[in-house]
Amino acid sequence: MSSETSTVTSEQPPSTADTELTLRLPGESQKSETKPTKRRFSDLTDLKLGGNNESDTECSVVTRSTPAKERVVGWPPVRSHRKNMMKKDCKYVKVAVDGAPYLRKVDLELYSGYQQLLCGFEHLFSCFTIRNVLNERKLMDPVNGMEYVPTYEDKEGDWMLVGDVPWMMFVESCKRIRLMKNSEAVNGSVLTRRDFGRWASKIGSWKLLV
Amino acid sequence: MDPAATGVTVAGTGADPAKTTMFPEEFLKRTFSLINSDKDRNSVSLVCKDWYNVERMSRRHVSIRNCYSVSPEIVTARFPAIRSVTLKGKPRFSDFNLVPDDWGADVQPWLNVFATAYPFLEELRLKRMAVSDESLEFLALNFDDFKALSMLSCEGFSTLGLEAIATHCKNLTELDIQENGIDDLGGDWLSYFPENLTSLEVLNFSTLTSEVSFDALESLVSRCKSLRVLKVNRKINLEQLGKLLVLAPQLIELGTGTFLEELVSGSVNGLENAFSKCGNLVTLSSFWDATLLHLPVVYPVCGNLTFLNLSYANIGPDELEQILGRSKRLVRLWVVDTVGDKGLEAVGSHCPLLEELRVFPVDPFDQQLGVTDSGLVAVSKGCPKLHYILYFCQRMTNAAVITVAQNCPNFTHFRLCIMNPSEPDYLTNEPMDEAFGAIVKTCTKLERLSVSGLLTDLAFEYIGKYAKNLETLSVAFAGDSDLGMEYVMRGCPKLKRVEIRDCPFGDSALLSGLTQYESMRSLWMSDCNVTMDGCKKLAEEMSRLNVEVIKDEGGDDRLANKVYVYRTVAGPRKDAPPFVVTL
Repeated sequence: MSSETSTVTSEQPPSTADTELTLRLPGESQKSETKPTKRRFSDLTDLKLGGNNESDTECSVVTRSTPAKERVVGWPPVRSHRKNMMKKDCKYVKVAVDGAPYLRKVDLELYSGYQQLLCGFEHLFSCFTIRNVLNERKLMDPVNGMEYVPTYEDKEGDWMLVGDVPWMMFVESCKRIRLMKNSEAVNGSVLTRRDFGRWASKIGSWKLLV
Repeated sequence: MDPAATGVTVAGTGADPAKTTMFPEEFLKRTFSLINSDKDRNSVSLVCKDWYNVERMSRRHVSIRNCYSVSPEIVTARFPAIRSVTLKGKPRFSDFNLVPDDWGADVQPWLNVFATAYPFLEELRLKRMAVSDESLEFLALNFDDFKALSMLSCEGFSTLGLEAIATHCKNLTELDIQENGIDDLGGDWLSYFPENLTSLEVLNFSTLTSEVSFDALESLVSRCKSLRVLKVNRKINLEQLGKLLVLAPQLIELGTGTFLEELVSGSVNGLENAFSKCGNLVTLSSFWDATLLHLPVVYPVCGNLTFLNLSYANIGPDELEQILGRSKRLVRLWVVDTVGDKGLEAVGSHCPLLEELRVFPVDPFDQQLGVTDSGLVAVSKGCPKLHYILYFCQRMTNAAVITVAQNCPNFTHFRLCIMNPSEPDYLTNEPMDEAFGAIVKTCTKLERLSVSGLLTDLAFEYIGKYAKNLETLSVAFAGDSDLGMEYVMRGCPKLKRVEIRDCPFGDSALLSGLTQYESMRSLWMSDCNVTMDGCKKLAEEMSRLNVEVIKDEGGDDRLANKVYVYRTVAGPRKDAPPFVVTL
């Protein structure tokens, strides 16, 4: 498994078999081939996750371009204007990074999954050391040697590790986000790069199954 | 009846030019000036040359439903006295991102010609056109009598363009901006209306997102005594709305702002009072963020409402019932599927006069149930006058639609969108063929049909066999083979607009419509099995059609992924971007 080198990017997942996007809920069996062969909706949903089109950055542009659910262009036929208007008012949450002089705000509604969110952090905090944490070659910031773990405060006031619950549940319950120095986050022991990588790929692979 | 026996010379016999008409030109002119319907005028113009000429000289309004079907020069040459133009551009599927940016439909070439030919132009209504700020400024500066601008689903302009309109159109009566791809730069365009502008009758900026100066708005509403339509945006709160209502109790149509704020009870009373003075209100819309907390402020006017647009209000069945219980005169109702089947039962119970219902999905990608077959049946039971339905749902059954057809045989517009493509009847797992079969068999007046769900060629056989009045057809993810489309193209004589996506229809199907296309406005086919060869063949056979292929990046060169076919007297487009290939 390439978790050693896997990072929070939107490149192709290592193994495609059980992570291939299909039209059914995880656990359902394959639909039989009784339907007549014709252009099928499922033909259109072999979405490559993120993909090799984005050549400049490792992270795809922070939009709903790689959705958690299969989406076909222009379907259902609702005007984008109406779709935008009907969204609940944006879900803006504060993002604090330990050691950074000021906070940022992100609109969680703009992201379709954890992967995009972490990429968003990379963009937001590019002037900070966090960029190096997410960089596939280095998880350590050369300046202060810190690693960061994303945590969030939920509606009940508890501080949770980002990534445990399904994305939509997270969006609903997240009040604010804190990128914690991992020395605080994990009982004083430093998360190794491998641990972080495993965690990151766990988020990634979870998303694939949904 | 023998015309000779009655002593009347029938105009248009054409035989003897000396006695082609008994009616003096002045008489014709006066008579025709009373005829406003485009359809009637078109018929009149076909009678004979004299009638054609008198008609064309007296026509004041022209509707160009496909801006590429004719050129501005041809239009202005035929109709020299136009004061009002309706212009529609892009194919409808552009609303759903199926048409690339910069495809065309630029309004500027039209404005350029109109500036010389129609300097007295008063009204311009645009739909799916590309409109730039420069164009809006051009419009504002070149037409001194300009009065009414309406833009629906247009894009390319910003609030800067609106500033130009507000500044220069001294006689503006109507500014109607709806659902456009507008760059809302804020900037307070509303304040650009001069103090002495008092002519406004229609002001709709409900879909702009940035704040406007409330003072400017208040002053505008206060001095425009003829204001009858006011639709504000989400930035206007209830308290501000109340102030506006006090200034304009004569309103006929109102679009509210947001209901979000919590008002003190004094304000609530004031607002209710303000509403109660609006005796002419028949249309209410917007209702952003509405909850049962402040919805009651509109109750005083519910009794008069004929059109209630709640499609931006994510309310539930209870809120809906409260409103509907007081709105017995409703004719048109738009809601979001958050009202659920229970809400639709309330519709069936309270709205016996209902003729049109639209149910939009709150989140098209959310798998939550929303409304289902039972809601639709409930409405059909209680609303026998229903003739227009737009219904987004996750699942449907044949049985339900068959029942609906029996309850409401007068459908003219039946648009059913089962949101999961190719979804079968969820109870029987069968295709939805019988559902649409029932609709076309029973509803003989059907003009517009949108189909969805799992459909075989049989559904299309039904459509071709029974839907003899069908004008507009939308198809997606349906059919088995070319036969499907062939049934329709051969069977439906009144087709005007056909739009198809993601269906297994190929060249044979495309060519089966050969004889139809010239009497149709347009055909759109995307992600079907049409090839470039098929398109070339069509183009060769029919010289008065534009057969355009929109090329995708990459992809097989032999396939024609997006095809747009339309009749035209203007020849191939001169402004086609590189990715649009006319064959």
